[in-house]
Amino acid sequence: MATLILEQTLNGLQFGLMLFLLAAGLTLVFGIMDLINLAHGSLYMIGAYLVAAVVRATGSFALAVLVAILGTAAIGILLEVTVLRRLYTRDHLSQVLATFALLLICNEVVRLVFGSQPVMLSMPNGLAGPVQLLPGFYYPAFRLAVIGVGLAVAVLLYLLVGRTRAGMWVRAGASNREMAAAMGIDVKLLFTAVFGVGAALCAVAGAMLGPILAVQVGMGESILILAFVVIVIGGIGSIRGALVGALLVGMVDTVGRAFVPTLLRSFLSPAVASGVGPALASIAIYVLMAAVLFWRPQGLFPARA
Amino acid sequence: MADVLLRVDGLFKHFGGVIATDHVHWSVPEGEMHALIGPNGAGKTTLIHQLSGALRADGGRILFAGRDITRSSLHQRVHLGVARSYQITSIFRGATVVHNLALAVLARSGSSLRFWRPLARETALFEEARRLARQAGLGGREYVVAGRLAHGEQRQLEVGLALATRARLLLLDEPMAGLGPEESQRMVALIAALKGSITLLLVEHDMDAVFRLADRISVLDSGRIIATGTPEAIRNDAEVKRAYLGEDGIA
Amino acid sequence: MRNRLAIGVLLLLIAFPLAAKHWDQLFYVSFASRILIYALAASSLNLILGYGGMVSFGHAAFLGTGAYTVAILMDEGVSSAWVSWPLAFFVSALFALVIGAVSLRTRGVYFIMITLAFAQMAYYLFISLRAYGGEDGLNLATRSRVGFGLDLASDLTFYYVVLALAAACLYLMQRLLNARFGQVVQAIRDNETRMEAIGFPTYRYKLICFALAGGAAGLAGALLANQNGFVSPNLLQWTQSGTLMIMVILGGVGYLYGGVLGAVVFLVLEEALSAYTVHWQLGLGLALLAIVLYARQGLAGLLADAVAGRR
Repeated sequence: MATLILEQTLNGLQFGLMLFLLAAGLTLVFGIMDLINLAHGSLYMIGAYLVAAVVRATGSFALAVLVAILGTAAIGILLEVTVLRRLYTRDHLSQVLATFALLLICNEVVRLVFGSQPVMLSMPNGLAGPVQLLPGFYYPAFRLAVIGVGLAVAVLLYLLVGRTRAGMWVRAGASNREMAAAMGIDVKLLFTAVFGVGAALCAVAGAMLGPILAVQVGMGESILILAFVVIVIGGIGSIRGALVGALLVGMVDTVGRAFVPTLLRSFLSPAVASGVGPALASIAIYVLMAAVLFWRPQGLFPARA
Repeated sequence: MADVLLRVDGLFKHFGGVIATDHVHWSVPEGEMHALIGPNGAGKTTLIHQLSGALRADGGRILFAGRDITRSSLHQRVHLGVARSYQITSIFRGATVVHNLALAVLARSGSSLRFWRPLARETALFEEARRLARQAGLGGREYVVAGRLAHGEQRQLEVGLALATRARLLLLDEPMAGLGPEESQRMVALIAALKGSITLLLVEHDMDAVFRLADRISVLDSGRIIATGTPEAIRNDAEVKRAYLGEDGIA
Repeated sequence: MRNRLAIGVLLLLIAFPLAAKHWDQLFYVSFASRILIYALAASSLNLILGYGGMVSFGHAAFLGTGAYTVAILMDEGVSSAWVSWPLAFFVSALFALVIGAVSLRTRGVYFIMITLAFAQMAYYLFISLRAYGGEDGLNLATRSRVGFGLDLASDLTFYYVVLALAAACLYLMQRLLNARFGQVVQAIRDNETRMEAIGFPTYRYKLICFALAGGAAGLAGALLANQNGFVSPNLLQWTQSGTLMIMVILGGVGYLYGGVLGAVVFLVLEEALSAYTVHWQLGLGLALLAIVLYARQGLAGLLADAVAGRR
């Protein structure tokens, strides 16, 4: 039982950290450019597909990840310069619809290139086996690597945003865009750079989660919603909020799915429990988000002045 | 001596470490035209926001006609008799002047949970709206779309909307904002015509207008009322002069 | 002018199935029913989105709730349309009232997110209803019974019933928009602060509008359940809400027939393009992007401009 809890906690941590990678880019884009980007999940999907394609062509996971990061960042920057730039001054509804259109376009283009069937992406050979963490407790090496990557990126982002001049610009932009521009920060370049970094983070998440979940068209949609829930809970524009929110959501979702049905079974009939259990677990995060919106409408760590 | 219509008891509001309203005690009798002046950043608009219900005070009480309205919502206060106009014009730009005013009349004409009969058929409503347009000095411009009005006319509509609520107390937040000399004259005439029939709280920077219109003046500085009195008294008040040092030439 | 055009279209819609039957092309009648049902759903969204200014990303939840109400009742033996269809309206309206009560306390993007969240919750809720098909969905044994000797199993009869309901709802919507309530709601959309400042309890009006729109979507859902003979949780997916939004913006946000036009264009395009290629969504995406960037007012807006320009 203890090992099960430990395992699920680690799974939750792993999922949460990957959500953080997605949410960080999303919250920066939203916080600085005031842009709701529904196509963010598409960048994640593209990242995963690029990894799968390069692995299939060269067999090297490491190379694939590098190519995916650069490629996705390039695609992201291209999207920003051509389409997204025009949406910064538009209302949220227009942004939702335009990025939804991009989502549809990305899905179809990927389907055109790779087909509708899910693509196999296996874990890199070196990390395929289990690792003994405690006597009697084994945990997949790859998932540990994912946690490691997630933590490393979190630290990197913290240093980048908190300790560098560029990071200061980012924080200024997130707090007050007009003021940042008035202070001479090259806003256009900043926006493009932020978007590129966000896209790169998506690619990393795609590379890490691809072998665990499935690489298929539409994989971006389900995780996108969770990412939005994360940034609403965490506070729009705040990376710290994205981390806390992501860990919260990752934990609640994973642990909820694992234990709520079991919990329910102790006082409901098995048939009802197995029906209602997963639903409750899925609903849990939305209830969490609704609760946060109700009591702290700006999220847990609002970045906006 | 007229009854006190508005009384403010120890009103307090802070934003983080900044105290915007510092335990203000104040009263305005019915029928008076009372001006609120003060240097920039004194907290005049914040005070108006709390009186109208746009902002929740952190402490103290607001009493209107003896009734505690501190916790009442914006729209509740309108029905109790407190209405305001905005410093930054807030009208319905896509609608005609008449339609703008008709909405205000509609708010006090029974329930609007009516789903069948076209509003356009309610002739009495629109007649009153046209009358209000004339009162606001917009006679002849009733059917112009509000967004197309000149700035001065928009400010007149701004005040007109507040008037249209038939409130007993009008809070006018810088009605002269951005007006040229001729437009200012029109606005002063509009407000002067209201003297006696309504209680007015006027926040203004235009000292000419203030001294011409007001029965009494209060001066707000750093969230505190530092002086209240007739225009003459205020003009000669040392505290007031100090607060305004270098700001406005009070002759 | 617009009303004459509308009556003309209505007459065409009444006549067209008879022509279709004559030329043995009954498939188009069923297709037209589907379009009318989505026209109703999109129009209900237009009411809160275009006229109310409330960007709800969870409207599919009400469509789905209405559909499931009919399906579940039928599963339990209640197949009378006179019971299940009004109930679909009321259950969805009630659902919208609850969701709206919470959501309307938020603004802007938070409102969008929270409506999305509630729709997701509903989606998972219906998946969890194992007794009613769960993830696989639920079949309807027959179409709802209407009585009066009318058998809805006939696509022709069903079409006329759908047409009557859709036309009636649209007419009611037009009256509502011109009446006190609709004028207040539109003014709230234009300047909510000022509406409060002149004495309107704006939250109340938005909430009632939201509930009415939810109910209308529920009615559309009831018809959809009948049309497809089948309901599934996929009806409540957020991408379905997105589709409804696409229809509204395509047709023209805030124009009376925006929802109708949008549904027509969307579904006709979908039908026509998917015959050519399975990747028709690519064309849809590009068209939607173009509209958002260059033709914000949608088709109704372009038409209105064209007519105004011609005068």
